[in-house]
Amino acid sequence: MLRTLLTSLRVTGLTVLLTGLLYPSAVTALAQVLFADKANGSLVKDDRGRVVGSALIGQAFTHAGYFWSRPSAAGAGYDALASGGSNLGPTSKRLRERVTADAARISAQHAGATHIPVDLVSASGSGLDPHISVAAARYQLVRVAAARSVEPARVSTLVDSMVEGRDLGLLGEPRVNVLRLNLALDTQFGAVH
Amino acid sequence: MSTQGWLQILVYCAVLLALTPPVGRYLHRVFASPEAPLGRLGAVTERALLRACGVSPAEQTWRQYAGALLTFSAVSVLYTYLLQRVQVQLPLNPAGLGNVEPSSAFNTAASFVTNTNWQGYSGESTMGYLVQMAALGWNNFTSAAVGLAVAVALARGLTRPAPAGDAPATLGNFWVDLLRGIFFVLLPACVVYALALVSQGVLQNLDAYVELTTLEGAQQVLAMGPVASQEAIKMLGTNGGGFFNANSAHPFENPNGVTNFLQMLSIFVMPAGLTYAYGLMAGNTRHGWAILASMGLLFLLGVGVSYAAEAQASPAFAGLAVAEDGGNMEGKEVRFGIANSALFATVTTDASCGAVNSMHDSFSALGGLVPMVNIQLGEVIFGGVGAGLMGMLIMVLLSVFLAGLMVGRTPEYLGKKIEPRDIKLVTLYILIFPLVILAFTGWAAVAEYGVSSLNNAGPHGLSELLYAYSSAAGNNGSAFAGLSANTLFYNVTLGVAVLAGRFWLIIPALAVAGTMARKKTVPPSPGTFPTDGALFTVLLTGVVVIVGALTFFPALALGPLVEHFLGAAGKVF
Repeated sequence: MLRTLLTSLRVTGLTVLLTGLLYPSAVTALAQVLFADKANGSLVKDDRGRVVGSALIGQAFTHAGYFWSRPSAAGAGYDALASGGSNLGPTSKRLRERVTADAARISAQHAGATHIPVDLVSASGSGLDPHISVAAARYQLVRVAAARSVEPARVSTLVDSMVEGRDLGLLGEPRVNVLRLNLALDTQFGAVH
Repeated sequence: MSTQGWLQILVYCAVLLALTPPVGRYLHRVFASPEAPLGRLGAVTERALLRACGVSPAEQTWRQYAGALLTFSAVSVLYTYLLQRVQVQLPLNPAGLGNVEPSSAFNTAASFVTNTNWQGYSGESTMGYLVQMAALGWNNFTSAAVGLAVAVALARGLTRPAPAGDAPATLGNFWVDLLRGIFFVLLPACVVYALALVSQGVLQNLDAYVELTTLEGAQQVLAMGPVASQEAIKMLGTNGGGFFNANSAHPFENPNGVTNFLQMLSIFVMPAGLTYAYGLMAGNTRHGWAILASMGLLFLLGVGVSYAAEAQASPAFAGLAVAEDGGNMEGKEVRFGIANSALFATVTTDASCGAVNSMHDSFSALGGLVPMVNIQLGEVIFGGVGAGLMGMLIMVLLSVFLAGLMVGRTPEYLGKKIEPRDIKLVTLYILIFPLVILAFTGWAAVAEYGVSSLNNAGPHGLSELLYAYSSAAGNNGSAFAGLSANTLFYNVTLGVAVLAGRFWLIIPALAVAGTMARKKTVPPSPGTFPTDGALFTVLLTGVVVIVGALTFFPALALGPLVEHFLGAAGKVF
């Protein structure tokens, strides 16, 4: 019994050293050499070289001249220290009330548009989804063009050029990165502020 | 549902099937031979490891094997608890996170040691880098290797010839199995896998959190950390505990379709390979395939139901100006969409992984029923690393026993007679699991401190409770995460449930292995039930479904099934 306990302690010590400390340290060192940009959060800079976000982490956008992200249940919205979904179920009254309010608000700002793409009124699982669907981007482009006083066709061309296809042509779903799209808008048509 | 969605599911199945034999052959090489794999280098490495730990590689009886396993697990729980409790004093905590509260630390320790990785806490605001790596990440390795050890010990008991004369029946050596599992299987694979994840955008650093100003001028703080190294073993070891609260839905854990595919593949690859390795140990690879076929049938059924259910618009959205062709996207990520979310949910609950790339709590009633049933069937559809094969072999014994009853002769499995003591242990194994789940769910459902943690009202609330205890006892770790489980009551009862769901099942399983190892092998006769054909696969599948369905149907009827019909009638709570 005592012998087994002693062995347990020694096995614990050795495996903590090798798998708990050496392994993550070695992977960190290799990652920093091989893929430094990705390993450190795929940070995105604007034209002036200022870090404005991560290509992988969504942000809230409220200005009419920017494409909007999905609703977020992470903290007060896109709080990257509080990732998570709404966890509201299919028969939740609170979910129904939230979607009803969001749908009314969004419809009001997209006069003449058809039904809202579902992702634009659904909170993501992480609360940090950096993407919207291609349909959700197209849905917003007339509003964005109007707010920036540019031809919708030019915004449409930009959206098309920003569509990311399925990975390896097969995996995942086509999508548009909202931060990258809005940065491209600023670059092409000038900042909104 | 779309062709593109089904295509991705098919490709997933094809790649998994292609990997099964080579992985199985390697696992067989690692565990079925007295010598370490990889030639001279392997032998030298193993000798050094054994010497460093003071282990003699002598064969152990089932009692010695179980004793070593339990002692090691107890030490693991204590170590993991202590490290969380002194976090403030530890280095590598740039966010300055405080000591973890006692009941939460106990829950997390029990949960990670048992390969459950239920998480009552939120990673980015609770655990510093050292605790993540040296306690949680370390447990991911050891708990998976313990699962492997139990599976191979049980497999040895079932397939070994009886010992000569008065020699005691043995099952191998726990320490050798544990160290081989870690150092010859999991660790080398994880180094390569982790780097592949980083190349796609998964974080791997020890830096302070990044503070930045967004395009619209808001402040955002990005949590950092050594994510990829933990992500790799989290999936390959079917642990499932996320570095961040949102788990594999978090873009820093699972940034695109490629990482998502790799993550799903790495959940199933070891459990699938083990069926092949078991076939080799039993001297009949067709038996391994027959077991895998039964798992595959139940898996495909789950994916089909889940995908079909999630492709429908949610009842909460009915009648609004929202497009209905996008399916139910609440709690799902755009980059994964419906197909990959339904597939991931099925995979992670078939195997006792519990990582999630979408929030199961927001699934439709039937879409959420699938993961719950998968867990309640006993985590045998592929199942956790090792633990899945263990559970399935218990089901195999029950199936062969039932087949014996049907033709009225003493059943035998792989030439060994199945006798009353074996079936008593099998029954014990089968009864403990629902007892833990239903008793705790019932308690939580009638106690004020239980229901006050619910996030959803109506039948969905009961589903949250039922899911929580199923996940804990099944050592899965996924959740209907709306339940605020970081309370004294839930931390303690869920902690007890994970321990019971792990060790109360491992002990009877090892005891079965011990008695079976003693038995003489008799040659097959015309009355022997063949265990390598379609008939066996159908019988095994039927036994798994009936044992699970009969036990849990009443509870499921009050939760997801009622919710489905009420939702269709337009009712909200």
